Amino acid sequence: MDFTPIWLTLKLAGITTLILLAVGLPVAWWLSKGRSFFKIILEALITMPLVLPPSVLGFYLLLAFTPQHGLGKWLQQTFDVQFVFSFKGLVLASVIYSMPFMIGPIKSALQQLPVSLSEASFSLGKTKWQTFIYVQLPNIRPSLLTAIILTFAHTLGEFGVVLMIGGNIPNITRVASIAVYDAVEQMDYSSANAYSFILFSITFILVIAVFVFNKYQAKSPLE
Amino acid sequence: MISVDIEKKLKAYQGQQILKVARQFPVGSITKIYGPSGVGKTTFLKIIAGFIKPEKGVIKTADITWTDTGKGIFLPPQNRMTGFVFQDYALFPNMTVQQHMQYATDDATWITRLLNIGKLETMTQHKPQYLSGGQQQRLAILRALAIKPKLLLMDEPFSALDPEMKTALIYELKSIFKELGATVLIVSHNPQELEGLANQELLIA
Repeated sequence: MDFTPIWLTLKLAGITTLILLAVGLPVAWWLSKGRSFFKIILEALITMPLVLPPSVLGFYLLLAFTPQHGLGKWLQQTFDVQFVFSFKGLVLASVIYSMPFMIGPIKSALQQLPVSLSEASFSLGKTKWQTFIYVQLPNIRPSLLTAIILTFAHTLGEFGVVLMIGGNIPNITRVASIAVYDAVEQMDYSSANAYSFILFSITFILVIAVFVFNKYQAKSPLE
Repeated sequence: MISVDIEKKLKAYQGQQILKVARQFPVGSITKIYGPSGVGKTTFLKIIAGFIKPEKGVIKTADITWTDTGKGIFLPPQNRMTGFVFQDYALFPNMTVQQHMQYATDDATWITRLLNIGKLETMTQHKPQYLSGGQQQRLAILRALAIKPKLLLMDEPFSALDPEMKTALIYELKSIFKELGATVLIVSHNPQELEGLANQELLIA
């Protein structure tokens, strides 16, 4: 059995989670502060991957980043970067597709913290950044861990969006979920079973971890 | 001297009402603020601290203007450095008693002295969830004092203390306030609670 798809999947999930952690924390913090029409629109866009068919998202990403025209052509000509049918493309698609799983729980947890905690910190002369690092972040730790694990687990299970933008190129874009599909197409049920069992086991352990971190209580990704 | 002249619309159960206060608080004075529930006593303290912006008004100390809506001046709470004791204590669940104090100040001698005054010297490694209501409230007071504030705003600061502890603490606080030269505003529901401590009153109705 070829373990490359499993390795690619774990690599993709790890990189996606790290990028989303770096991007998601400031965005979630900003979204948790008050309401505005622009924030509502942005939040709706971030949430869209939860309800949109992955193939639709994949199709639009394919159109946007195809090197023949538009943004994709500009990226290729200016930075020599090609997203379509490359691992970079998988990362980009995964970041967009898993974004609600990172931002949702963090934003919600920040909103649920009593505002007086931040006020108390400000009254001690601490900046917004110090307050975020020393007061807010440590007190949303369970939700932060939930967000990290759900983002990682969700990326492991991607299929449609990854197939649309990455295709099925061995050692480059052929992740485990696509390898399962490919093996079934070729009537290789033994390989399909092996890939499926590994994916099932990893995601099951991750979901158990979410329950443990939340003291045996299930949390919705959007909570 | 801190001079306050503010107006703020409040959303209340009966509809909208206006919080309107114009008053000067001399340096070193201790003012009891009282009045019915929902008239905006807490909001008044939060406006002075800079957590809430008033629709109209001016707040200034002897040498600096904190708020002036007419001139668009609004000093952030970090620059006002008012000690604030919250009604819900607002303790940080992730920090121990010692860490609360160290978050506020680097002065170890001052921390030790305050912890002794608040009778929390044996609880330094405890997080808020392992403290009683009275201990939590004392920690909230000590944390506010840790920055040696020139203006101390206290929202129902003694409500969870037993009478003996309250008397002892108030006795100690009086000398601390004097030492710091602090102006103190205390919201209290209990008219007898601040007897012997407050030397001014402000009714918000």
